[in-house]
Amino acid sequence: MTKPKIASTSLCGCFGCHMSILDIDDRILKLVELVEFDKSPINDIKRFTDRCLVGLIEGGCANQENVKVLREFRSHCDVLVSVGDCATMGGIPAMRNGIPLKECLAEAYLDGPTVHNETGRVPHDEELPLILDKVYPCHEVVKIDYHLPGCPPPADAIWEAVVALLNNKPLDLPYELLKYD
Amino acid sequence: MNLKVDQVVKKLTAASGRDRTRMMDVVRGVQAELGCVSGEAMEAIARELGCERVEVEGVVSFYAFLSKQPKGKAVIRISDCVVCRMKGADKVTEAFEQALGIRVGETTADGQIGLERTACIGLCDQGPAALVNDVPVTYLSTEKVSEIVDSLTATGEPKKLVKTLGEGKNATERIHSMVINNVRKKGEVIFAGMEPGAALRKAAGMSPQEVIREVKTARLRGRGGAGFPAGMKWEFCRKAAGERKFVICNADEGEPGTFKDRVILTECPELLIEGMAIAGYAIGAEQGIIYLRGEYDYLRAHLEFSMAQMHEKGLLGDGIAGKKGFAFDIRIQMGAGAYVCGEESALIQSCEGQRGSPRDRPPFPVEVGYLNMPTVVNNVETFCCAARIVEKGAGWFAELGSKDSTGTKLFSVSGDCSLPGVYELPFGLTISEFLETVGGRDAIAVQVGGPSGTCVNPEMFDRRICFEDLGTGGSMIVFGPQRSLLDAASQFMDFFVEESCGWCVPCRVGNVLIKERLDRIRQGKGQAEDLDYLEQLCETVKRCSRCGLGQTSPNPVQTTLKHFREHYTQRLVESKDGLQPTFDLTAALGDAVEAQGREPVFHED
Ligand SMILES: Cc1cc2nc3c(=O)[nH]c(=O)nc-3n(C[C@H](O)[C@H](O)[C@H](O)COP(=O)(O)O)c2cc1C
Ligand code: SF4
Ligand code: SF4
Repeated sequence: MTKPKIASTSLCGCFGCHMSILDIDDRILKLVELVEFDKSPINDIKRFTDRCLVGLIEGGCANQENVKVLREFRSHCDVLVSVGDCATMGGIPAMRNGIPLKECLAEAYLDGPTVHNETGRVPHDEELPLILDKVYPCHEVVKIDYHLPGCPPPADAIWEAVVALLNNKPLDLPYELLKYD
Repeated sequence: MNLKVDQVVKKLTAASGRDRTRMMDVVRGVQAELGCVSGEAMEAIARELGCERVEVEGVVSFYAFLSKQPKGKAVIRISDCVVCRMKGADKVTEAFEQALGIRVGETTADGQIGLERTACIGLCDQGPAALVNDVPVTYLSTEKVSEIVDSLTATGEPKKLVKTLGEGKNATERIHSMVINNVRKKGEVIFAGMEPGAALRKAAGMSPQEVIREVKTARLRGRGGAGFPAGMKWEFCRKAAGERKFVICNADEGEPGTFKDRVILTECPELLIEGMAIAGYAIGAEQGIIYLRGEYDYLRAHLEFSMAQMHEKGLLGDGIAGKKGFAFDIRIQMGAGAYVCGEESALIQSCEGQRGSPRDRPPFPVEVGYLNMPTVVNNVETFCCAARIVEKGAGWFAELGSKDSTGTKLFSVSGDCSLPGVYELPFGLTISEFLETVGGRDAIAVQVGGPSGTCVNPEMFDRRICFEDLGTGGSMIVFGPQRSLLDAASQFMDFFVEESCGWCVPCRVGNVLIKERLDRIRQGKGQAEDLDYLEQLCETVKRCSRCGLGQTSPNPVQTTLKHFREHYTQRLVESKDGLQPTFDLTAALGDAVEAQGREPVFHED
């Protein structure tokens, strides 16, 4: 029997959520027995090679590239999970949402006290994705099937969630893995 | 220091006895005389009343009719009530914007005229309507706009806008208003007329316990909306311990579509005053307060005159109806534009000169109310009924109406019907009978009890209007076939978003989220799961909110979802590719295209 495929990506996140995935420690060996990783930073596969059962999304959408990747995930994965607060709510990057984008860029590249920028322009190279007007949580861009809260969610929560999804069982996380205060 | 500010503040604080609890009178006075309550005025008020400036600022920022920034000499406040908008308020607003050359929320450059929107001002049966300062202007139309603007520009006197006077006491010198009463049906209780003092004299011959028993036997239920048994409330208050007790009349009448208290206050304030004095007698209170909504300021002189007359006749003050020891007096407390102040504990806060945020209940006002003393708060109409019950007997009253909702009820009827106005009808009639009476036969829906009530569909038209079936504080809005119920629900949600006091997150944030999701559906971008989301969110807001506002604010959406589901499902879309129809990449990139100075490039893999 072929193993189900799983993919993951970090959009506008800090990779902390992926670190947390790695924090499942030796269970990663079990995971590899259970699934095969497709596109993911963990194996550095850049393009989808096949349809996946589960896609784990870290980070929200802050730029055009994030949207493109997220849409790809939607079209290649049966189930998408927003992992962590950045994916579910925008998280830390969304702190800029109260400030108009133009002001943010001006502060960063034109007017900030430590800026030295002789071009007097905001970077505009075509290789750089354009920035969205605000940071969007993933479910505002595509349909997201599940949300896993936490910054990052504990390794145990991620593990339990993935195992439950693979076995098509309801997820019963203990309160300690979901409370954040 | 600005001498004028200081003088005005000193004068007003002195007039209110430098009493911190009378802050509302002071800030309202300062607003009226100086056009705003500036930071400087706040400092001065705080000094004179012996409180912190932040307390003054808290009050000023809470109420819609108070402001820190100067307003125009004349402020035109257009009612943006659903009903006024059905009748064309939006067009009128646009016409004002054009004629004045300003947008809503702005003031003309010469500081003369300001333009604002305001929540329902209780003139739904004669809308579109507006208040110009405290002067109600009714039956607005785009044609009348230039006339109004010209008159205001020429005279600066809102009173000059009153050309034809309304009927009844609206035409008296003290009210002098174009408002009409529109009483379409007089019933046995409120509008039947009563000989002045008849109820008070009867009460004076009874013991307080007998009065309470009479009200209980009549099974009188509160007319403000919730229908709590009035006699029971009075009894609780009578039994509660406290050096002093108070009677408060809730004349805040803020529920959109409600305007029947306005008509009572205009035509028969004496009946209300008798009812309040009887309540005072029953519970052992010598002081009463009428909490009058800021929008009804034009009725204040009239109410004061009525009270003075009652004093002269020995029906207020000491020795009422010739009975030694029967003393009762009333003061009027003006509100300043806040729907939530109709909630009884918020109303008490406001009477004490605080922000109108509701208190935790329990303890209920009957135990810890005004100045922390036991207090009865009842609706205007409830007091009137009580007076009539004492006068004519509980048996007479209990025979009217339905089993659990005795007596008659005043209905404020507006919307798509040929005979809008005020009706006094016995409780228990069906919606169909009601629609027949008010000329609304082709109605597709009736909003029973205002936005915080229920939107009923034609299959429910055989349901009965009474607390045991469809309860209402009196607001009845009829929707004809040309109306979009989702638009109305969205406007109702705007109202709640605006009027939430902001204390609890579910109400402050939840209502905004409900409104956003509803609008998504209205724009044809909603999906089936949005309905589940709305249902859950409505339930959360209702269950987790502290006061009646948040506990009912989801009703416009919740009840239409239940009774008019097809209005929602018709507009849903299905996203086959799993993309959110609400996300517009081009729009989201708009700012960057400007700031980064290039068009987006869409790379193919
Ligand atoms: C947000 C809100 C607004 C209210 N507005 C009014 C009002 O304008 N008039 C009124 O009589 N009751 C209003 N009520 C109900 C009062 O809290 C209170 O129940 C009522 O005044 C009691 O009087 P009753 O028993 O005679 O009806 C409101 C309640 C809430 C929660
Ligand atoms: S949720 Fe926290 S850990 Fe995860 S990407 Fe965001 S900031 Fe990093
Ligand atoms: S429910 Fe709303 S209005 Fe009532 S106390 Fe809470 S925030 Fe204020």
